[in-house]
Amino acid sequence: MATFMIYSSKEKQALELITAAKSVGAAAVKAVCINDEAQANALAAAGAEVLLINNDAISLADVAAVASALGQVAAQLGADTILLSSDRRGKEAAGRLAAILDAGCLTDISAIKANGDKIECQRNALGGATVATQYIASDKKIIAIRPKTFDAPGAGSGSVNAMTVDVKASAVKLIETKTRGGDSVDIEAAEALVVVGQGLNSKDDLPAVEALAKKLGGEVACSKPVATDKKWLSEERIVGLSGKKCKPELAIILGISGQVQFTVGIRDAKVIVAVNSDENATINGMADYILTADMHDVIKEMNSSL
Amino acid sequence: MNIVVAMKQVPDLQQVRIRNREPVFTDVPLVLGNIDKNALEAAVAIKESGDANVIALSAGNEDVEDTIKEALAAGADEAFLVLDDKLNGAESGVVAQVLAAAVKKIDDVGLILFGEGSGDNYSGQVGSRVAELLGLPQVAYASALELKGDKALVTRSLEDCTEIVEVTLPAVVTVLSDINEARIPSVTQILKAGKKPKEVLELDEVGVKIPPAASVVTVSNLAPETERKRIVVKSVAELIQSLTTEGVIGR
Ligand SMILES: Cc1cc2nc3c(=O)[nH]c(=O)nc-3n(C[C@H](O)[C@H](O)[C@H](O)COP(=O)(O)OP(=O)(O)OC[C@H]3O[C@@H](n4cnc5c(N)ncnc54)[C@H](O)[C@@H]3O)c2cc1C
Ligand SMILES: Nc1ncnc2c1ncn2[C@@H]1O[C@H](COP(=O)(O)O)[C@@H](O)[C@H]1O
Repeated sequence: MATFMIYSSKEKQALELITAAKSVGAAAVKAVCINDEAQANALAAAGAEVLLINNDAISLADVAAVASALGQVAAQLGADTILLSSDRRGKEAAGRLAAILDAGCLTDISAIKANGDKIECQRNALGGATVATQYIASDKKIIAIRPKTFDAPGAGSGSVNAMTVDVKASAVKLIETKTRGGDSVDIEAAEALVVVGQGLNSKDDLPAVEALAKKLGGEVACSKPVATDKKWLSEERIVGLSGKKCKPELAIILGISGQVQFTVGIRDAKVIVAVNSDENATINGMADYILTADMHDVIKEMNSSL
Repeated sequence: MNIVVAMKQVPDLQQVRIRNREPVFTDVPLVLGNIDKNALEAAVAIKESGDANVIALSAGNEDVEDTIKEALAAGADEAFLVLDDKLNGAESGVVAQVLAAAVKKIDDVGLILFGEGSGDNYSGQVGSRVAELLGLPQVAYASALELKGDKALVTRSLEDCTEIVEVTLPAVVTVLSDINEARIPSVTQILKAGKKPKEVLELDEVGVKIPPAASVVTVSNLAPETERKRIVVKSVAELIQSLTTEGVIGR
């Protein structure tokens, strides 16, 4: 039987990992917390056997120290199956820990299932064009699971024990942390999405897009360049491989070409509408309704009709 | 100072077709990963504002010798290649060992840059693995990078915050695509690229053996089944009519 260990810098995602471990048959779940007593207590209350490291020499900004600490705990516990959260911090730690433990590692996992003594994992491959089912065959396994893949577990009775580790002097110094400006939209929860891409002429056209989203009872989302290059919308609203995977009832996709890294984030929508000025746009191949038109006209007309 | 940029040869995903849910790679051209080009651009920007020599490092099959020209045209001064057919589709752990062994053969390395994720696998492991194998500090998900003497000032962009960190060189940095806009080389630059120095090694020469058993096994890799209606509508009125019938608007 595998010995499971979980770690995430975020409490919510660590809780999800407890459920993940149990879903593939973990009888007991060991959880590591680093300089976070509140998280330790929350995980214990959800049934985990928590190992709490309190060590000022470990900064989350120095992933070498975090991975070293995790490696030491894994060795002490004899843990062979390590679940991490596949957020950016989790992925950064995953590769480093994999090298320490000489482990096989899979990141961005969107589903896991026990099949005999194997844990079969699913992840997007080829930019999202395909979904690969893979398992790790080496003795040590690291699996980084996408946030929100599992729910939080129910209450349980776990424990918190202190753990000590040694880390080297850090070569990484945190100068400043800036929190992201408050867009707390959850496009994954929206019933309807109005998704705009680089076909949008200007930032000034956004109020009309927002009005349409409101009329449909949904939210505005976008392709990656609209947020990262143009910076017209927040990165919270990106649909796709490096953004969110959404399953709305209705997705109206305007001015987006339909490259795989985008479509992977919306292909589970129930009804897809593609509006593009190019009648041969790739996006049309994955739409239920295709309208070849200027998106600005369509937005205007929909706003006045609805 | 040498800046090493790890760049992976991948099939041009835009041109991969799906047949019977299987990806088809025949006649798909090989290119360098998109984000790896941003990593190169970041290195070239440092070179242009100071003094550095940019080395494009790649592990793969012999086609890399041709594919890497794009990097030499876009500002890399030389290429360092480890070529072997066995490196085609090799897993992250093996690739990291090869790249780490190659970096050890290069003198005076100050920075090793990676993409945040490779074009085809997008797993985000190789940079972190190499950093650990070389015992170097790292900062991933960089949206800005600046050299200051023997240190680098890096902006690490996370989901809910950005961190500005100072890291002592030599260090590994993995970059996001938003760090810059990668230049597109001119025809003359492409022609000149063929003359830039290339060091080509075989797997034995970097002392890495491919383990007999894979640590990651792929059971299947299929495109998801999607049935879409693909109905062409002529007007907004017709669209609204259809969506009302579907029950997705006007509830
Ligand atoms: C590793 C990796 C991860 C990535 N992750 C993501 C991701 O998560 N999400 C994402 O979106 N992208 C992602 N990308 C980028 C992706 O490959 C595409 O570059 C991006 O999706 C293109 O955005 P777009 O369709 O808005 O722009 P474009 O490709 O420029 O398309 C614009 C479209 O608008 C149409 N158009 C122009 N004017 C009008 C008009 N007036 N009316 C109607 N239509 C008009 C054009 O015909 C065209 O089809 C990723 C890329 C890589 C390499
Ligand atoms: N075969 C390779 N040769 C050179 N660099 C690579 C190779 N594979 C991965 N990389 C680098 O590692 C990064 C992350 O790759 P991955 O872990 O596959 O997502 C890529 O963006 C490249 O910079």
